[in-house]
Amino acid sequence: MILLSLIVILLVGGISSWIAARRDETAARWIATVSVGADFLLTLGVWIAKSGHQQPAMRRWVEECNFEWISQFGIRFHLGLDGLSLALLLLTYFLGIVAVLASWTEIQRRVGFFHFNLLWVLAGITGVFLAADLFVFYLFWELMLVPMYLLIGIWGHERRIYAATKFFLFTQLSGLFMLIAIVALAVLHQHATGVFTFDYEQLLHTAMSPRAGRLLMLGFLVAFAVKLPAFPFHTWLPDAHTEAPTAGSVILAGLLLKTGAYGLIRFVLPLFPEASRTLAPLMMTVGVIGILYGALLAVGQADLKRLVAYTSVSHMGFVLLGVFAGNQIALEGAVIQMISHGISTGALFVVAGLLQEKLHTREIEKMGGLWVTMPALGGAALVLVMASLGLPGLGDFVGEFLVLLGAYRANVGLTIVATLGLLAATLYGLRFSQGAFQGPNLHHWSLPDLRWREWAMLGSMIVCLFWIGLYPQPILNTVRSSLAAVQRDAFPQGIARIAGDKR
Amino acid sequence: MYRLLWLIPAIPFASAALLALFGSGWSRRWIAIVGAGSVGTSAALALLIGAKFVLSPPIGNAYVQHLWTWMRSGEFRPEVAFYLDPIALLMLLVVTFVGFLIHLYSVEYMADDEGYARFFAYMNLFVASMITLVLANNLLLLYLGWEGVGLCSFLLIGFWYRDPVNVRAASKAFIVTRVGDTAFAVGLFLLFSRLGTLDVQELMRRASVQWIPGSAIAVAAAALLLGGAVGKSAQLPLQTWLPDAMAGPTPTSALIHAATMVTAGVYLIARTHVLFTLAPPVQFAVAIIGTVTMLLAALSALAQRDMKRVLAYSTISQIGYMFLALGLGAWSAALFHLMTHAFFKALLFLAAGVVIHAVHEQDLFRMGGLRSELRLAFWSFVIGGSALAGLPLITAGFFSKDLILWQSWAGPNGNALFWIAGMTGALLTSLYTFRLIGLTFYGPQQAHVKTESGAAVRFALIALCVLSLIGGYVDTPPHFGGVPALSNFLSSVLPPLEEIHIGPITETITALCASVAFGCGLALAYLLYGPGRARVPARAGLAKLGLAGWGFDLAYDRMFVRPLQWLVRTSKDDIVDVPIRDLGQTAVLGSRILRRAQTGAVRWYAAGIALGTAAILAIAFLAR
Repeated sequence: MILLSLIVILLVGGISSWIAARRDETAARWIATVSVGADFLLTLGVWIAKSGHQQPAMRRWVEECNFEWISQFGIRFHLGLDGLSLALLLLTYFLGIVAVLASWTEIQRRVGFFHFNLLWVLAGITGVFLAADLFVFYLFWELMLVPMYLLIGIWGHERRIYAATKFFLFTQLSGLFMLIAIVALAVLHQHATGVFTFDYEQLLHTAMSPRAGRLLMLGFLVAFAVKLPAFPFHTWLPDAHTEAPTAGSVILAGLLLKTGAYGLIRFVLPLFPEASRTLAPLMMTVGVIGILYGALLAVGQADLKRLVAYTSVSHMGFVLLGVFAGNQIALEGAVIQMISHGISTGALFVVAGLLQEKLHTREIEKMGGLWVTMPALGGAALVLVMASLGLPGLGDFVGEFLVLLGAYRANVGLTIVATLGLLAATLYGLRFSQGAFQGPNLHHWSLPDLRWREWAMLGSMIVCLFWIGLYPQPILNTVRSSLAAVQRDAFPQGIARIAGDKR
Repeated sequence: MYRLLWLIPAIPFASAALLALFGSGWSRRWIAIVGAGSVGTSAALALLIGAKFVLSPPIGNAYVQHLWTWMRSGEFRPEVAFYLDPIALLMLLVVTFVGFLIHLYSVEYMADDEGYARFFAYMNLFVASMITLVLANNLLLLYLGWEGVGLCSFLLIGFWYRDPVNVRAASKAFIVTRVGDTAFAVGLFLLFSRLGTLDVQELMRRASVQWIPGSAIAVAAAALLLGGAVGKSAQLPLQTWLPDAMAGPTPTSALIHAATMVTAGVYLIARTHVLFTLAPPVQFAVAIIGTVTMLLAALSALAQRDMKRVLAYSTISQIGYMFLALGLGAWSAALFHLMTHAFFKALLFLAAGVVIHAVHEQDLFRMGGLRSELRLAFWSFVIGGSALAGLPLITAGFFSKDLILWQSWAGPNGNALFWIAGMTGALLTSLYTFRLIGLTFYGPQQAHVKTESGAAVRFALIALCVLSLIGGYVDTPPHFGGVPALSNFLSSVLPPLEEIHIGPITETITALCASVAFGCGLALAYLLYGPGRARVPARAGLAKLGLAGWGFDLAYDRMFVRPLQWLVRTSKDDIVDVPIRDLGQTAVLGSRILRRAQTGAVRWYAAGIALGTAAILAIAFLAR
């Protein structure tokens, strides 16, 4: 029941926030904060309650809710929570609160409708992370899309319509492939067993020919590769991230991209183990291309938000590499990277958003020497940039290092090339922090430094990054059993190989 | 007592965090107390623990303190744990003591700077990271310290961030050293995937059991670690960042770019010396890199005009000596020179700072005649310079350099060429050192002295003078005392070198030759830059090349920087997006063309329908 309430709180919170804004905009902001905060506390409670005792190996879900829904098509409203979804939900609500706080002064138009959309996107994301029925999954996958489109299209910057349309077309078209694949999978399952169902657990281990497996997998893969994004499907991302309001960028980079990675781990690997293994070398190569290509393009950007957007392409390349490397270390690294990237890049978008709000520009050329007038923001940006370029002690390092360490076993050559991504990250990282905050203050900016709300936001994100960087074990423990299950389904020989190494 | 080990890095970490968060609101006095006091406390703790270690060594001659498991994924379980053994202790004492003296000096030296708190925050963070690097019990934690000191180096080179020159120097240092770090990281992947651990001691044990000396895997592993070491220690081919790093405040140059961080590569190789012993080709490469770097940098030092750049090239050159020693397998000689170098080079930099503050000038050719007005700086330069050049018997540098020179002949990998190169280096060192002193302190006075130094600066200088003089007596050669206390102390970790080439050249002859080299350098400097000589910079082609560091910057600019910039420029618009952007335009264009057809004129429509029908019929007919 608790799972359903997570979604309902957000849906209801969104509507009441919209209504409340007619009288008082601040009330709308508070309603949004409280709804997301309530979800955060609920999830935190589940985490604390469940972290103590060991999950029995037989049970997949820690927490479940399962209703009859459209029974003639075998569709049930089935939500299930395991370690992986739990970790990602915590991230979702943490960044959700950040997104609300980041909009506090930035958003002044149609405040109620804004928060309605914001909360509904979060509801969609929650559903995606919880769905244990493929039809329900698709439903929530689409539910994320429309409010996000509106967030970009209404509250975005100069080229918002172009960006929103591009975002919508990319994700919508790729989602249709997934829909076809879902239906086809259910039909195949019916042929094999006689039961027509969309239930995740039942569809696992569906017997199919390798050819059918590859085709169906591609349907899922396209949707997730666009969302992740993987090279060459990334081109919607720079436009969408750049044009979106700060909250939109935080949610896009921090959460929407993660739904792509989540889909790969939750659906592609376990549903199509054979096809995944066949395609693994190709996907790892695509990941490595993304790492370097994203970093290269990030260095060249003149627009601060666009720069950060391309760094996401690079970082998500690490996730792709880790997911398809086929061993536990790389897969766990990929999940740490997902969470840590959500926080570090989300925070960098907050910094970029603050700069734009104060300076009314995103051009790096028009900045420079801002440390003089905003030392606190400069210091926060420095820490975040260091996280982003993989400095040990901060979260992203743990993720990237584990991914590379695991990937090295699968493919030495690719891993060495991927490691160059850490070097390339130095280039874009320095461009961000030096370009904006160092050098002479040529444009004579004199601006107020961080306020307490901004401090709280960035400070808590930085604390989280240090935590993940120095003691990621709680997260690793949380996601371990889910990932082990995926691992068993998708890469049984990978486990055998690791066990062999031990001997 | 040992249980307090974790406090040694933790205190400066904590004070760095406090200074960064709240320092801007504190009084200068309070900032100084926290900033320098934290490092002082660490130094005192290190001394206490060190004393205990020497008097009653722990079992196995090493103490391990486990704090927590950093991460646990599969069989990858790096810990946050400290490992104190003789070489870690030596480094720890050098870092905390020299670090403390430099902090003390900075309290006064940086007193007028607006970024006082920021400076101490960075410096404290540096000391903490360096201690972590030194004490790390596994390579991943060492890597954390390694990257941490790199970050602080970057932050402090660009400390005066308003000047674009400093900003560029900072990013250059960061990027160049990270090139090496990338190799280091790949080395970690390789070591872990082959040996299944990153714990240093366990790694060395497994490597020596599982790997055949000279096997490809051992060579690859050692070469990758060497990549990291040459980046951090500014050796060929990654030495180019260090001279530019002099853009940072002088105490930074003394602490990071002379005494401690740049010797991290030496420490890394000594720490993992088993791997290098297993990879003779790489070890030989270490010796060659050291020798060539040592000579080239010494020649560059001879051509510099900027006081700090002379010292920077001198540092590169002296680390070259340490690499030579490592390459020869003279591990403890390398660490001995690392220690004495930390003393005298820190002294020289701090003294240079006094001069620079006093005359607001760094160009040697605009100084001169300062010895009467800056007596302490002058004597510091004389003592530090003599130690650097190797004034026999009464300076620390003499003993450590002598040990390296002797082993470059006598050790198993030694030969006449290394020995001759070492002697040539000694001569060059003496020459550029006394050129520096001559140009700064003798001849006509050109610059006006503006400030006096206070108690803190004086104390730091005098303490380092004393260390530069007596620091060498911890390890004396047979003909002079004959008590190799330091080598003995380190021998449980670093195996002593067999002396197998005892031919025509003996230890005593080496020492005498080194003394002659010192004397020749001094005499040559007197002849070239002494009284009556025109004080003009050399303009010959070779001098120009030396001034520019042998054209490495230019070559790298052409080979890497510009192609990369070109690539970045050309690809910044994301070629992958072009067809998609065009897709939109094509659709719009297409619709514009097709829209023309919608004229509303029925005759056109009828004609269209007729033509279409005819076409379909024709196709159907022909296809049959």
